[in-house]
Formats: sequence, structure tokens, C-alpha cells
Amino acid sequence: MIRIRSLSKVFEGSPPVTALENIDLHVEKGDIFGVIGMSGAGKSTLLRCIALLERPTSGSIEVDGTELSARKGKELIDLRRQIGVIFQGYHLLMQRTVFKNIAFPLELTGLSKSETESRVRRLLDLVGLSDKADAYPAQLSGGQKQRVAIARALANDPKILLCDEPTSALDPLTTRSILNLLQDINQKLGVTIIIITHEIGVVRSICSKVAVIDSSTIAEQGPVKQVFSAPQSSITKMLLSQTEGGSSH
Amino acid sequence: MDIFWENTLMILEGLGASLYMTLFATLFAYVLGLPLGVLTIITGRDSILPAPRLHSVLGWVINIGRSIPFIILMVALIPFTRFVVGRATGSTAAIVPLVVAAAPFVARMVETSLEEVDPGVVEAARTMGATTWQIIYKVFLPESVPSLIRGASITTITLIGYSAIAGAIGAGGLGDIAIRFGYYRYQDDIMIYTIVVLVVLVQIIQSVFNFTAKKIDKRSV
Repeated sequence: MIRIRSLSKVFEGSPPVTALENIDLHVEKGDIFGVIGMSGAGKSTLLRCIALLERPTSGSIEVDGTELSARKGKELIDLRRQIGVIFQGYHLLMQRTVFKNIAFPLELTGLSKSETESRVRRLLDLVGLSDKADAYPAQLSGGQKQRVAIARALANDPKILLCDEPTSALDPLTTRSILNLLQDINQKLGVTIIIITHEIGVVRSICSKVAVIDSSTIAEQGPVKQVFSAPQSSITKMLLSQTEGGSSH
Repeated sequence: MDIFWENTLMILEGLGASLYMTLFATLFAYVLGLPLGVLTIITGRDSILPAPRLHSVLGWVINIGRSIPFIILMVALIPFTRFVVGRATGSTAAIVPLVVAAAPFVARMVETSLEEVDPGVVEAARTMGATTWQIIYKVFLPESVPSLIRGASITTITLIGYSAIAGAIGAGGLGDIAIRFGYYRYQDDIMIYTIVVLVVLVQIIQSVFNFTAKKIDKRSV
């Protein structure tokens, strides 16, 4: 589904900053794929490259055999529509209602009013916010905002949903419900999900595979069970030991 | 009593001229300043259409426009004003220098308003395949409307002040009345009358704009 080969990203400047170095990843259709690492390890840059917000310095990103990284103009815009993205900060339009937020990506493509209406209603139902259609984001809790963001990201029927620290601003209970929703979406709609996170609990609870990223490179990757039961790299061991200490809640 | 009504009539006429200048100057200043402000924002280094050279040129132009005191600008523009409206005196003629003075001011105000839009929201729109144009009219502008309205009140009030200065050199309006009667003829009553009218006018404008901005801002519901 997604194949990343020798991906590198260097930010120009003095001195230049290498954010990603020689990344190889393979995400299969239907996976919930976790990318875990500490802040500054390069995970956000990786997400931004897959979301086509950042152009890789070298290497390739293929989705269903289509090379993404060289695209420009209208082609680039069409490709972006096939990948949904949600963020830690939700990034909702504050002056629009929940309904209008979810309708936003459809508005961009010029979808008809009636088609938009029915699609938005369906999405509201999917994320359990049918009663909040006319509310404004400022009236919602963090978890509800993230649900709106998820519905909005799914509006164009993407094949891939990228999640950038989707639960990092949420309490444990809300985190749980958002993760359940993501799992639901993965199973019901068959959307491939990539979750970028620094929380090992997130990976453990819903991811099937994981890549551990440390100082711009992939330290190790594989099925979650395997990586977490027999960690090879020191960074994985460190991430695991931290949660054991903090999992007493 | 007769004199009071005579004065009132004169002041109302002056008020009419002042409002005429302010209204049209604000309108045209936005026609020029709004796109200028938007262009400045989107050409910024981390924005949606980075163009560092154009960005700094725009910054320069706006700063030059803003650094010339209005009374000097007005005199300097007399040939240009005559070219545009056919004459250099009167309320209509004054609109030309008022617009030239206010457009860079508006551009800065718009720039400041748009800067308040969360870059994350802009980025989210990009991931949804929004074009540059769509980001401008579906994200930047609607998201900053409350702030733009507050900016418009400052612009309008500034232009009332400028139009009074213009009045001192032949544009008519309240500034002209204040100078003619209050300064040259020592008629303090008319001077005070003018001031009161101006203060009330500014208060009304400020309140109406603030109320509107607050009413439509959905960040605080």
C-alpha cells in the first residue's frame, strides 16, 4: 500500500538539519501502523512527507504503486485528497459549525449540496456527533473536536488516514474512545491508518505494526508483539521501560 | 436660538462632507489594501506561496506609505489628484490622498488580522487539497473576519482624523469648520461643537464595529 524507500529530508540552512535519513517503511493495506519516537526524532517530518506537505530531499514514497514525491500542481492536490490527516491540535475552522467543518473538504472539490449533506450526515453518525452538527468548535470538548477532525479527514473517502499525535492532548478515557473510533474506521471502512505518537500505550492498544524512529533513522520495525516483546534497539527498550514505570495509574 | 440652528446646520453639512470622504476613502483603501495585505501574508517564508523577495518589497512599499505624514502626502499628491479627479480641492479630491495614505495602513491591519489565523488550520486545509485561492477565501479571510472588522473600525476612525486634516487645506468637512471658525475667528463655541460631534461620531463607530465583531465571532460562544 505505502512503500517508502531510502527517504531522506534535509532542511537547508546553516547548518543544514537532517530530519530523516534513509527511511525504509512498508505499510500494508488495512494496517494500523504506529510510528513511535521521542520529540525531535523526525516522526512529524515523516508524516509531513507522506501527507505531501513536505518534499523529500531524496528517496521515494509510493502509494499503490504511484510515486508521490515528484508530483506538482493539480496532480499534487488530487493526491492530497486521497490522504486524510488529523492533528494533535485538531485544526478545525473556528468560525464554521461542525457540519460546515466536515463539509469543508467537499466544498473544495465542488460536490453538490445534496450529496454533501448526505455524506456529512453519514460521517457525523459515524463519529457519534449527529447532535452537534450546528455547534461551533469552541463549544466542544477536546475529544469531540478530534471526532470532528476525523470525520473531516474521511470526507473525501481517503485510502489512508494519517494521525499526528491524535490523542496527545486528551485524557486517558477520551484517548481510549478516540482509539476505539480509529479501530472502528479501520475495520468498517478498510482505511489504512498511520499513527505518529510518542505514547507507547497508543501503539500497544491498536497498532498491528510499529516502526521505532530515533535520531532521524528507523531503529527497528515489525509486528507490535514481536518488537515489544523482544526489543532490539536501546531506544525501544527505553520507551518500554518508561511506560512500565508510568503505567501504575 | 437662531444662531444655534444656523451653526447646527453648518455642522451637519460639515459632518456630511466628512462622512462622505471617510466612507469612500475607507472603501477604496480596502479595495487596494486588502489584496496587498493578503499578498504580504501568503508570500511570507512559511506561508502558502513563499516569495521572499516580493514579500520584502511589499513590506517596503507599505512602510514607505505609512511613514509619510498625511499633510505632506496630501500636498505632494496634488498633481496626481488633479490628474485623477480634475481638481485638487473639495471633498471628492481629498479622497485621493486619503486612499493613498490609508491603503498601506489597511494592508498592515489586514496582515495583522490574518497572522492570527492558526497556521495549523491552513496546513490542514492544504492536506485536504485546498488551492492557494481556496485557502485565501475559505480559510484566511472567513477565519479572521472578527479581527478584520475591528481593524476596519481603527481604519475608519483614523480616516476621520485624516479627513479633518484634509479639511484644513480645502477639502471641506468638520476639519474645515473647526479651522475657519475656531482658529481664524476665535469662535470657541463652534470649535467645541465640532469636537463634541467628532467624539460622538467616533464613539458610535467604535461601538457598532466592536459589537458586530463580538457578535459574529464564534470562538467565544
